[in-house]
Amino acid sequence: MSVEFLNFIETVLNGLMSGVMYSLVALGFVLIFKASGVFNFAQGVFALFAALTLVGYQTGQVPFAHLINELFGTNYHNWYASMPNFLAIILTMITMIALAWIIERLVLKHLVNQDPIILFMATIGLAFALEGVGDLMWGSDVKVLDVGIPSGGSVWLEEATIGLAAEGSDYYGMYIDVLNVWATVIAVILVITLALFSQYTKTGRALRAVADDHQAALSVGISLRTIWILVWAISGFIAMVAGIMWGTESGVQFSLSLIALKALPVLILGGFTSIPGAIIGGLLIGVGEKLAEIYIGGYFETGALENWFAYVMALVFLLFRPQGLFGDKIIERV
Amino acid sequence: MRIKQLLIGITASVIAISSYVEIAIADLKFPMLVYRTGAYAPNGIPNADGFVDYYKMINARDGGIGGEKIFHPECETGYKTQVGVECYEKNKKDAMVFQPMSTGITYQLIPKATADGVTVYSTGYGRTSAANGKVFKWIFNAPVTYWDGASIAVRHILKNNFGNIKGKKIALVYHNSAYGKEPIRTLQTLSKKHGFKLMLLPVDHPGQEQKATWLKIRKARPDNVLMWGWGVMNQVAVKSAASIKFPMDKFIGIWWSGSENDVLPAGQGAHGYKSLTFNAPGDSYQVHKDIKKYVHDKGEASGDGSHFGTVLYNRGLFQAMVQVEAAVVAQRIHGTSKITPAMYRDGMEAVNLSAKRMEELGFKDFAPPFKNTCENHGGSGLAAVQQWDAKAKKWNMITEYMYGDSDVVQKLIAEDSSKYAAEQKIAERCN
Repeated sequence: MSVEFLNFIETVLNGLMSGVMYSLVALGFVLIFKASGVFNFAQGVFALFAALTLVGYQTGQVPFAHLINELFGTNYHNWYASMPNFLAIILTMITMIALAWIIERLVLKHLVNQDPIILFMATIGLAFALEGVGDLMWGSDVKVLDVGIPSGGSVWLEEATIGLAAEGSDYYGMYIDVLNVWATVIAVILVITLALFSQYTKTGRALRAVADDHQAALSVGISLRTIWILVWAISGFIAMVAGIMWGTESGVQFSLSLIALKALPVLILGGFTSIPGAIIGGLLIGVGEKLAEIYIGGYFETGALENWFAYVMALVFLLFRPQGLFGDKIIERV
Repeated sequence: MRIKQLLIGITASVIAISSYVEIAIADLKFPMLVYRTGAYAPNGIPNADGFVDYYKMINARDGGIGGEKIFHPECETGYKTQVGVECYEKNKKDAMVFQPMSTGITYQLIPKATADGVTVYSTGYGRTSAANGKVFKWIFNAPVTYWDGASIAVRHILKNNFGNIKGKKIALVYHNSAYGKEPIRTLQTLSKKHGFKLMLLPVDHPGQEQKATWLKIRKARPDNVLMWGWGVMNQVAVKSAASIKFPMDKFIGIWWSGSENDVLPAGQGAHGYKSLTFNAPGDSYQVHKDIKKYVHDKGEASGDGSHFGTVLYNRGLFQAMVQVEAAVVAQRIHGTSKITPAMYRDGMEAVNLSAKRMEELGFKDFAPPFKNTCENHGGSGLAAVQQWDAKAKKWNMITEYMYGDSDVVQKLIAEDSSKYAAEQKIAERCN
């Protein structure tokens, strides 16, 4: 095979892997939108908050230490030296469930029956508030997140593919980051678990009922508020997974909240109400932007297509299929 | 009863606020444009802490500058240019000097501060051609500029290649902003001079996703990679370079891409990564001892004190020291402790930080000596290379402080500043 062709395959594979990372963020948006019709602008901050909390538990950081020390003249920073990863993840999950409950009590409960735009604005406020709370709780330093997931280029793949190039060609072998492979495996497990949960459990069926028709679900005795807490908690869990993956890649820091912007074109492409759509949309965006950057980026003087090309794809897609690939068709009767 | 209590409360507050304002007006005002929140906070916080701790130490140890206390109000910019300009407008009255801590904000402030008669000091960043004091009367960027930095990095590569880099490939991975684009012109000129091929690889803000950039590098296999990054872009780039097994000792960042934050997330993978620097790391200098004694031990540390001695904290100390020294010189020149912004500018232009003076200030061997003159606001143009030791988790200086290619840099500065002078109708001074 020619080196050019192998490089093309490498770009596509890396695009698919990046796409999975975007899908992890997009999944949280879809779940909440499906169940409550709320476009949760705070989903990126959820991922950041979950990652911050996880590192905080892992390293025994005292929450709000800075504030406490400032107010009481104390010098507390750490409770303990370290905590096992498993326990820290469980505690983070509990924190995210508590956060979902607080959001329902303080925000959503008071906004039932409001226009979607009001709910959207509320989530913008929530994003900024949560970012501020995260800062106060855990500080703004870059934090190293290590839950034992391996990262770095796959040596096995490199060695396995080095012989695929024509003899005499100077080829290194193919590159894929092992972290991205793990993200793919975790995303697949996550989607299968979500599908089984919504298909075969009573709560899952209630969740689907609410997603299909709020009024009908209420009429058969399903508690809308319980479902909302549940769905926000599941989204919090997905945000934690996304936060772990992205945080392992770049360290946990406040720019992590901006990964939400990567999920928007994914949602436009895949549709706001479809879990398979979030996955397929992510893959398409990932491959599209990597191919664009590598093969046409050189023709643009300013370059850096990787960041905005996804939005060009999403805009073009909007023209032909506004509801996205798998989204529900919008029919309004007049 | 309640109304009475309320009135007493309001009166007390008004008295307290007015006395605070009175103190503030009487002091020397050094407004700080900081970013303690947002995507760039991990860089902004240690730097701002360095500034604040130094000012607090001067106030506590020396009773201020010539008896005048330093008043240092903070304004949060979030590294956003527009917000930075608003912060400047809000704080410019009676301000001695502004340190914008962003090249984008510096570019916006150059014409404004020139018109307002306020000194802008962009330490090793901002518009490089502002080093020409004949054109940029109110702007200073000592001790070294980005164009010096680019040529020092190339000089280091030249040295490691026995003086010949003809045909070599050098990639520049840069923050796609005014800051990141600053070295391009110099590198293009140097690529013609030395015959190396230059690859330009922009990364958009914030730089969280760089996979395509590093796939390009893996494919093109440049001999060296230079980086002009900031914030998360640095961490992702160092980690990506390690991931594609790019030789880390051939990866050199500018001085804003060489803090502990930039390398720690990559763990052992960052071992051997290099960056330029114009100040030393560590906390064993006299200035640190003084800060510990007069600030930290009294529980007055800025933040939680955890950044003490880190690269960006130390840079904040250095920046604050130069700003304070300019006030000292201004007081001496004009024979008064109550200096005006115009007097302060005179002081900044006459700053002479010799090795002896640095030692007196507690900065012995902390940074190379430099002095400003009417013509030269860009300082010595000296920088060294430091290398990250991932096992010991510390930066080690691996070269002496060295000059860049002054023939190339000075010519480019003269060209760019002349163009600016013609556009703005500025008559050259210092004749």
